Amino acid sequence: MTRPKLRIATTSLAGCFGCHMSFLDIDEHLFELVELVEFDRSPLTDIKHCGPCDIGLIEGGVCNAENVHVLREFRNNCKTLIAVGACAINGGLPAQRNHLELGACLREVYEFRDGLSGGQVPNDPELPLLLDKVHPIHEVVRVDYFIPGCPPSGPTIWKFLSDLIAGRTPRLTHSLMHFD
Amino acid sequence: MPGIERCVSEIVTRHGADPSQLLQILIQVQDVIGYLPADCLSLIAEALDLPRARVEGVAGFYSFLHSRPVGRYRILFSDNITDRMLGAPALMQALCSKLWVEPGKLSEDGLVSITTTSCTGMCDQGPAALINGRPVTRLDHRRINEIAELVRQQVPVSAWPAAFFNVEDNIRRRDALLASTAAPGDALRAAIRVGREGWLTEMERSRLRGRGGAGFTTAVKWKACRDADGADKVIVCNADEGEPGTFKDRVLLASHADLVFEGMTLAAWATGAQKGFMYLRGEYRYLLEHLQAVLERRRAAGLLGAGIRGQAGFDFDIDIHLGAGAYVCGEETALLESLEGKRGTPRIRPPFPVTHGYLGRPTVVNNVETLAKTTLVALEGGEAFAATGTAQSTGTKLLSVSGDCAYPGIYEYPFGVSIERVLEDCGASDAQAVQAGGASGVLIAGYEFHRRVAFEDVPTAGAFMVFDSGRDAFEIARNFVDFFAHESCGFCTPCRVGTSLLKGYMDKLASGHGAKPDLADIEWVTRLLKNASHCGLGSSAPNPVIDTLVKFRPTFERRLESLHFEPAFDLDAALATARRITGRDDAAAHLDRKKETQR
Ligand SMILES: Cc1cc2nc3c(=O)[nH]c(=O)nc-3n(C[C@H](O)[C@H](O)[C@H](O)COP(=O)(O)O)c2cc1C
Ligand code: SF4
Repeated sequence: MTRPKLRIATTSLAGCFGCHMSFLDIDEHLFELVELVEFDRSPLTDIKHCGPCDIGLIEGGVCNAENVHVLREFRNNCKTLIAVGACAINGGLPAQRNHLELGACLREVYEFRDGLSGGQVPNDPELPLLLDKVHPIHEVVRVDYFIPGCPPSGPTIWKFLSDLIAGRTPRLTHSLMHFD
Repeated sequence: MPGIERCVSEIVTRHGADPSQLLQILIQVQDVIGYLPADCLSLIAEALDLPRARVEGVAGFYSFLHSRPVGRYRILFSDNITDRMLGAPALMQALCSKLWVEPGKLSEDGLVSITTTSCTGMCDQGPAALINGRPVTRLDHRRINEIAELVRQQVPVSAWPAAFFNVEDNIRRRDALLASTAAPGDALRAAIRVGREGWLTEMERSRLRGRGGAGFTTAVKWKACRDADGADKVIVCNADEGEPGTFKDRVLLASHADLVFEGMTLAAWATGAQKGFMYLRGEYRYLLEHLQAVLERRRAAGLLGAGIRGQAGFDFDIDIHLGAGAYVCGEETALLESLEGKRGTPRIRPPFPVTHGYLGRPTVVNNVETLAKTTLVALEGGEAFAATGTAQSTGTKLLSVSGDCAYPGIYEYPFGVSIERVLEDCGASDAQAVQAGGASGVLIAGYEFHRRVAFEDVPTAGAFMVFDSGRDAFEIARNFVDFFAHESCGFCTPCRVGTSLLKGYMDKLASGHGAKPDLADIEWVTRLLKNASHCGLGSSAPNPVIDTLVKFRPTFERRLESLHFEPAFDLDAALATARRITGRDDAAAHLDRKKETQR
């Protein structure tokens, strides 16, 4: 009897796609993976909205209103939601702006930068507004698991996913969480 | 800076350029200069031939050492729950606004800085503060006004009214120890009479257990030290008394110092140690002069020094070392590190201090009260001592009673006294809970007031904080969580991160963003702290939360905003700055707070 395939969705919020690249680093395990799962919304499929899924992988923290919407969409659709990598877990590099005042930060970029004259902070309604601080995703929705690393290595991601798919509580061994 | 150079070189020389004196040197240099500027640290490192990083590491560890200028008047409000209950936060706010300074910042003219500090051990006469290191008790609005005026007029603290600095003993009930009429040297005479071996036998018979928290049998510790390899044994008196709500050691040091030093000397008689240290918490520095005088008097009387009481080969003397505002330094191995002039990072045990303690030498570390109690064993004999108390907890215990009661202060009872009885004696008619043993102790609810103070039932290092029915158990736990997050030494991740996480959850609940799953997360973090921390600070840090969740759970549940998930902050408010800068107010420029996931 073949088991129905699990559905996985992935996205990058305020991240650099490094975690996704690392995901691709599972190399030949990708062949195993596509036997076990099918992809919903993901940069790999270019599906724009997430439908009901078993697993959601989130890279990056929450820096603007759109991130909040996407994250909520994932949480509403994914039975298991996973924060992947330092930015999703702690805010990471983008959160370095947290000790600056947002207004000063925007004006510095759009008004005062060398070679810019007469610039202004963009106010097009198409553009998502920035939150005053970058937040880890667990401060905005409930998160079930966390995969640490910047980025987590391919083998780490594979170990975690293969545990999850097999129904085992994921366990990362020391070597997979040892960074220095 | 020739001035600084001279000051550093003088102080370093006074300490024999001994690197193990680093903390004491830093404290004294700061006394002169006001803070510890970077080049001053370099000078000290050079003079002691230590790496600069080591000196900076020590200077950065202790909260009473400053690498930046602090006010000429440095005012620290004691932030224990008992101080808060007596109105300390409002008083601090009032003083800040009178002196035009923000809490935690230095005033622009460099005149004053005002902030909070962990419990200063004045809970029976709070709200209290330390002003340039000196305790000021019984603060009220009138006193705050007077202080503001004195600061504005720049009157030196030494010229302030003496009444401000009045610290009372508030001894409310005396038993064997506090009623002792022994003269200095009496206990020593008795112990010398039975010989070193006989004295240890008396200690064994007394079954005296440590009063500092862990309750280890004192004679076993002494014997292990005596039998350890190495002739250069050390006796350390732990006078760090950092546990919030505890102040009985303060009273012993202030009014019964002879008993404490005599206890140390008795420990030396048993173990053969020749060197003693008292580690005195920085908050009790005002007692230093008095303690030094007592030591001097004892030396003159032949109770310290070479050939004590005419006994050839019984040589012992005591130095006092100051702490500098770090609760973890009460933990015995952190204390030893600190005595050696290092950061107060707890050591890995084993080896235990009795074999490898101060500078690797066999060392006994005992609490102030434990040591004082040994004088009773010497005078009465071990069996008589063991006749009071309970089967597993012999003798009496000093309780530091504070909080919602008519007569806060020191109460000495035989072990086995019921909580009820103490509450009755201290005039606490409306108690709903008692925190026994301080922040790291146990929260006793009304239905348990029949329980007894003893190692086999309610163990306590001495704190006994009473909370009446008007108090909110959640706020009590939150105060203690703040304390642990502040005092975590940061050495191990479970405690460094765990105490901050716990604080984050408590703040989330307090600010009205609590959600049911937070309670499960809190319980998970408490387990992690308990099981994975390196020292007793981390493993007892979750106690107040665990107890409150079991015994006063509704005070948590009442704060839940949602049964599902609730973000830790207001999402829509987080867009306000961007809305203002872009001038937008369209639908996409808002986030609906309630539109949360249901999972
Ligand atoms: C975080 C922490 C703080 C402590 N603080 C003190 C203290 O302030 N005073 C004290 O006597 N013992 C304190 N202790 C207990 C000491 O480690 C040690 O057990 C005690 O000094 C031994 O003396 P005793 O056997 O006479 O009780 C503390 C322990 C921990 C884990
Ligand atoms: S448990 Fe806390 S106080 Fe103890 S070593 Fe770890 S970080 Fe330091």
